[in-house]
Amino acid sequence: MQLWEIQGILEAELLWEPVDLQMEIEMARAADLMSDVLNRSQGGELLITGLVNSQVIWTAELAELKAIAFVRGKRPDQETIGLAKSKDIPLLATKLLMYEACVRLGMRGLPGSLGTIW
Amino acid sequence: MEEKVLEWDYEINGKDFRNAGKVSSKVKEILKELGFDPDFVRRVAIASYEAEMNVVCHAERGVLHLTISPEELRIVVKDKGPGIQDIELAMQEGYSTASPEIREMGFGAGMGLPNIKKNVDKLNIASTVGEGTVVDMLIKPSSIREFG
Repeated sequence: MQLWEIQGILEAELLWEPVDLQMEIEMARAADLMSDVLNRSQGGELLITGLVNSQVIWTAELAELKAIAFVRGKRPDQETIGLAKSKDIPLLATKLLMYEACVRLGMRGLPGSLGTIW
Repeated sequence: MEEKVLEWDYEINGKDFRNAGKVSSKVKEILKELGFDPDFVRRVAIASYEAEMNVVCHAERGVLHLTISPEELRIVVKDKGPGIQDIELAMQEGYSTASPEIREMGFGAGMGLPNIKKNVDKLNIASTVGEGTVVDMLIKPSSIREFG
């Protein structure tokens, strides 16, 4: 699934531009606990989270996650957005709750970190 | 022939949550530049990041020392801080002494040391209560490679 499709499905806003909307994303991961993300991720995922601090960006950078979608209408501050930009990590912001965001992407076939949904 | 060893030192500041990750990001950059396998780089980056977070969360300050030789990579993170009372207990998944502030950052769930252990080949922790902790990690690349 490409980033522009994810943006549409989540009715999300891009928090910095320009980003490569054709970026291919093969898996997703949802968590508010960054240690969990570090523990079980493959690299290459979209991270769906309700946390908006700089640790989310550092976690994505170090675990090689491709993009981040913030849920529940939360937005990081400008400095955190700037950090993501410097690391070339696209940021999406959606008003959907975490569960709704996950279900929408899952129903369109985007698998989780283990490569499966069922 | 003399063996080539590369070394770096980076300072880590306690409670500097905004920059917690910066040092590990530099470590990752170095390994990428040296042409290490992406999976190996990711393992090292995650272990380094958890160790860096430990210093930021619990200690006053620390130093990360990175050594790369053709056979292995070693990261030693030494901090000045409260130390760990019971290392065995701290190694258990879910055990944590983290403050609510740390938990709000998405850490402090008692997974730091277990996460490090999972990603390294050898982990040694030495700690003196009231003085500090030394986390010594050894990671071996799956294949030995030449570096410039």
